Amino acid sequence: MSTTSKKDKFIANFMKNPVADAIGQQQTVREEAFQALRELEFPTLKDEAWKYTRVAGILNKEFEVKEVENPALSENYLIPDLKVNRLVFINGKFQSELSEIIDSDLDIKTTAQARFENHDAVGGYLGSLTNHKNEIFTALNTAFNQTGAFVQIQKNKKPQFPVHIIDVTEGEGVTYQPRNLFVLEEGAELDVIHTIEGDNGQSFTNLVNEFVIKENAKASYYQVQRNGEKNNHIQTTQVYQAQNSRFRTGTYTFGGKLIRNNVNIAVDGENCETILNGAFLLNGKQHVDNHTFVDHLQPHCESHENYKGIIGGKATGVFNGKVLVRPDSQKINAFQSNQNILLTEQAEINSKPELEIYADDVKCSHGSTTGQMDEEALFYLMSRGLTKAGAMGLMIQAFAAESIEIVEIEPLKQWIESLVEERCKEIQD
Amino acid sequence: MLSIKNLKASIEDTEILKGLDLEVKPGEIHAIMGPNGSGKSTLASVLAGREDYEVTEGDVKFNGKDLLDLEPNERAGEGLFLAFQYPVEIPGVSNMNFLKQAINSIREYKGEDAIAAKEFLKKVKEKQDLVGLSGRLANRSVNEGFSGGEKKRNEIFQMAMLDPKLAILDETDSGLDIDALKTVADGVNQLRRKDNAFIVITHYQRLLDYIVPDVVHVLSEGKIVKSGPKELALELEEKGYDWLKEDEGVNA
Repeated sequence: MSTTSKKDKFIANFMKNPVADAIGQQQTVREEAFQALRELEFPTLKDEAWKYTRVAGILNKEFEVKEVENPALSENYLIPDLKVNRLVFINGKFQSELSEIIDSDLDIKTTAQARFENHDAVGGYLGSLTNHKNEIFTALNTAFNQTGAFVQIQKNKKPQFPVHIIDVTEGEGVTYQPRNLFVLEEGAELDVIHTIEGDNGQSFTNLVNEFVIKENAKASYYQVQRNGEKNNHIQTTQVYQAQNSRFRTGTYTFGGKLIRNNVNIAVDGENCETILNGAFLLNGKQHVDNHTFVDHLQPHCESHENYKGIIGGKATGVFNGKVLVRPDSQKINAFQSNQNILLTEQAEINSKPELEIYADDVKCSHGSTTGQMDEEALFYLMSRGLTKAGAMGLMIQAFAAESIEIVEIEPLKQWIESLVEERCKEIQD
Repeated sequence: MLSIKNLKASIEDTEILKGLDLEVKPGEIHAIMGPNGSGKSTLASVLAGREDYEVTEGDVKFNGKDLLDLEPNERAGEGLFLAFQYPVEIPGVSNMNFLKQAINSIREYKGEDAIAAKEFLKKVKEKQDLVGLSGRLANRSVNEGFSGGEKKRNEIFQMAMLDPKLAILDETDSGLDIDALKTVADGVNQLRRKDNAFIVITHYQRLLDYIVPDVVHVLSEGKIVKSGPKELALELEEKGYDWLKEDEGVNA
């Protein structure tokens, strides 16, 4: 079977479901995406950006967009002691009964609804940042996405509570492609928490987020990936930062079978701050690939990146972080770090930090380390009575902590820390 | 309490302990002295369960249990404690969190309930005062950025918190100034009871001015070559170790 027909067959999975009508600019964007799908091929290991992540396994399978019969929200999906504006999606379908908006004047709705209303911001921004003309998974999402979350924060406004998006995958052979858009007008502030949950069914999810962050605005996006163990998940978060803006994101991966996280940030204004952190705690045959790209288009900005990998079983981690400093982007401070601990002989990490600097007056550094558990420290802790599992757990938590410190919402931070603690018990030996 | 018979241990095929015997009873303090390379630290490591060493022969009973069959944490659970010669720095792991887990792990091993937060804090305060570390451990990682003296005090502090039946102090005096040495010794002396015991491994006699042993053993080439009362330490200080090697009448 040739790859072309494999591609057509795979895309046909999504043809079965009619997509919502697109109007005006949205129609153009969608047509561009369909055009790209005709022209582009799915990546293979020969593509530099996909060198370690093989998607052929996903393409061979059949998936279907399926609704669940009795949608319910598990207590387990909620973050303890945190009040949020909650949007729940199950298999990509919005669940109004399970959702709750507590900030009364918050402009929040589904992208489907916003599109239906021909909302200005959706018309103007959805697809404005994404590379759907050249990147096939983004094109796939842009062509077939049904809905997602849309939040627009008006000038100098800040919701009292964070927005919490819960995406749940249930059932066998399920697919869906959420599309979220966040627009922060000048001086606006927004915290978004996105948790991904799932059962043990085989599934394919393809998520795209866009963040438009205007002057003086502050956005944070914290993602907790507790995908089901047979979930294949590909996502791209596309961010645009105007001057004096701040963006911080943390991606914390606990579940999933094959996960590819792309974070692309265009820093297109002076005096911006960008923080991108992440931690992945892997086990079994999990494969998690974090690709980040920070594009410093303007001078006088700061970016910090810190990813921590803890890899057990026969799992594989990939880290590829690129920072680009354009020729006139002087006085950039960019720091990048990826540290990993391999818990077993079969665990694997492919780490590639990249700095590409065309300006001469900058302060940039990057580093990557990979090692094993410190045996001497383990013995020390055990000699004080801690079990091996307890000692390793304590050390893994300490190792991951640095990547979690950036979370400014205290109950969320504590929750992520507790998930790390739980995960430690699962991933050892 | 502790009974070691004909213990032989190797590291990477080099035999370090070559048939060591030792009996320690409750209430006793034993000092083990000896030249560098005689096997003092190996003995401490083997007793605590460090994996690098292979026990090739012999038997170690600790309160009737076969010590060598137990994991390091189980040995701690049975009441064994090793004060490390080189305490390990563990960045990111908080002293308090670690100690609490240590206490609770040992309690769990013994089938006891976890310590109440209030009781834990009270104990921390009390024992910190004992070793002169008051307020210097909170919000810091285990041994990270500690001076040599602080690390050793922290070992004694942990010992006081865990209240072991048998504590082995592996060259706790090395690298300490006289004030720190006194503090460490005071700590040990205050913890001394009829039902616990100490093995003090040291290179120098001066610690034994402050921690007075019941028995002094001389370890040489992997065996105990002489045992005697506390005065033996003074004799060693004066004459060095060489005279023992020439002494035909070595007794174990």
